[in-house]
Amino acid sequence: MNLKTESKLEKILAAGHLAVTSECGPPRGSDPEVIIKKGDLLKDYVDAINVTDNQTSVTRLCSMAACIHLKLMGVEPVLQMVTRDRNRIALQSDILGAASFDINNILCLSGDHQVFGDCPEGQNVFDLDSMQLLQTVRHMRDNGKFLSGDEIKRPPGMFVGAAANPFAEPFKIRVPRLAKKIAAGAEFIQTQCIFNLKKFEEWMSGVRERGLHEKVYILAGVTPMKSLGMARYMKKNVPGMDVPDEIINRLAGVPKEKQADEGINICLETIARLKEVKGVSGFHIMAIEWEEKVPEIVERAGLYPRPDK
Amino acid sequence: MIVGEQKPLEEIWGTVSGHRKVLVLGCNSCVAVCHQGGTKQAEILTSLLRMQATQHDTDIQFVVNGIERQCEHEFFTPVTDAVKGSDALLSLACGVGVQFMAEKFHITPVYPALNTTFLGAVERPGYFTEKCQACGNCVLATTGGICPVARCAKRLLNGPCGGVNNGKCEINKELDCAWHLIVERLEALGRLDDYEKLFPLKNWAKDRAGGPRKFIVEELLP
Repeated sequence: MNLKTESKLEKILAAGHLAVTSECGPPRGSDPEVIIKKGDLLKDYVDAINVTDNQTSVTRLCSMAACIHLKLMGVEPVLQMVTRDRNRIALQSDILGAASFDINNILCLSGDHQVFGDCPEGQNVFDLDSMQLLQTVRHMRDNGKFLSGDEIKRPPGMFVGAAANPFAEPFKIRVPRLAKKIAAGAEFIQTQCIFNLKKFEEWMSGVRERGLHEKVYILAGVTPMKSLGMARYMKKNVPGMDVPDEIINRLAGVPKEKQADEGINICLETIARLKEVKGVSGFHIMAIEWEEKVPEIVERAGLYPRPDK
Repeated sequence: MIVGEQKPLEEIWGTVSGHRKVLVLGCNSCVAVCHQGGTKQAEILTSLLRMQATQHDTDIQFVVNGIERQCEHEFFTPVTDAVKGSDALLSLACGVGVQFMAEKFHITPVYPALNTTFLGAVERPGYFTEKCQACGNCVLATTGGICPVARCAKRLLNGPCGGVNNGKCEINKELDCAWHLIVERLEALGRLDDYEKLFPLKNWAKDRAGGPRKFIVEELLP
């Protein structure tokens, strides 16, 4: 097995297991217990936990500190890093900071626009975009150099990931965009939440046609719907989200107190169907403020126990 | 061209109300096209300011004039006396004109009547849109003639982001996604394969990040 990093996630994927990741959003305060609690809840059921970086541009405890808390409790973190808030100096510096704690996974993102968050009047940086951040981390790791060309003493050993949204328009560039991210250095992909399976399968067929699934590990993103209200909200208000009417109708078809159960059922059916899709290397379970359901989903989806790392 | 938008009257009044004689000076190039800063708008603004002065029972004399451009010395000759006779200047030029006057008339306060908004085009009469951010390092050759620096809210050089919705930007449903336009344009040009070319890290030193810029054309120097 030819591993490039010390990442447990890479090890599990390279061994051919279906990987399972989840995510945790840091709190809007400085109490680490919130993260530790989420970490405790998830640690035996997933291989790695993504920590979001001021998601939806709402100011929170920073991703790196939250990753350190997880790391210190023996959980494998995936540091999400957006280019919205930091220039290339800060990005490289934070990458080294994270690497100094042996945080071995990074997910490179551009980040939501600040207009959605609590500082809509703030400046955005976007010195780099997500593709250029991928290139930067790979350059730092593989060449052991800063962007300036100066040598890095103990380069960061990070397994490098990116997001992909198979549903965003224009659809015709969705496979080329994945190819572009791979060319920029992505080694694993976590996709946007999949509700429209037909569209996802269409995308994956394009991915396989170009052999891209052999160049990158694709973790299919799934999210259990907690309620009909959540499904409607995601369909209407979350940019780039594709929630077909059949999901809405299914949730609408059961009594309110049963909607959460139905949401879990839909999620499990989605995972079962995705397991059959060639080129899917694992699952990224995003249970938004519903982390306590992740163990149940993992168990019922037949993804438990997790492989020894 | 440079597009500007007149500031609210109350804000303008707040800056000039402490003076006795104010020259209101229009600029008849860029900001006149969008009907915000030309001599005609200077005249209307002056009338409004005179009404303010009457309402506040304040004795301020407003003199109105306009020149072709407030960013070049040669155009100032006709108003030199008017400037000298005023104790404040209210400029309807863009930020360039305001600063040019502030440097030129060192001991006279100059106030802006406009917010300079962007470098843009006249899409149709009365409809102006931003097209360029003067980043100093033009990328249009590779982006199908559509600028992601000026027209993508995240200035992504390898877009679009995941937030594009029906060809519109995630921040505003009225706003075209620049990368959607770029993809459509590349396809129309038969160059969709170019989409996969990675745009390298941009040199922002030629942008605002590199500090105030200047440009010297030797043969024009006196």
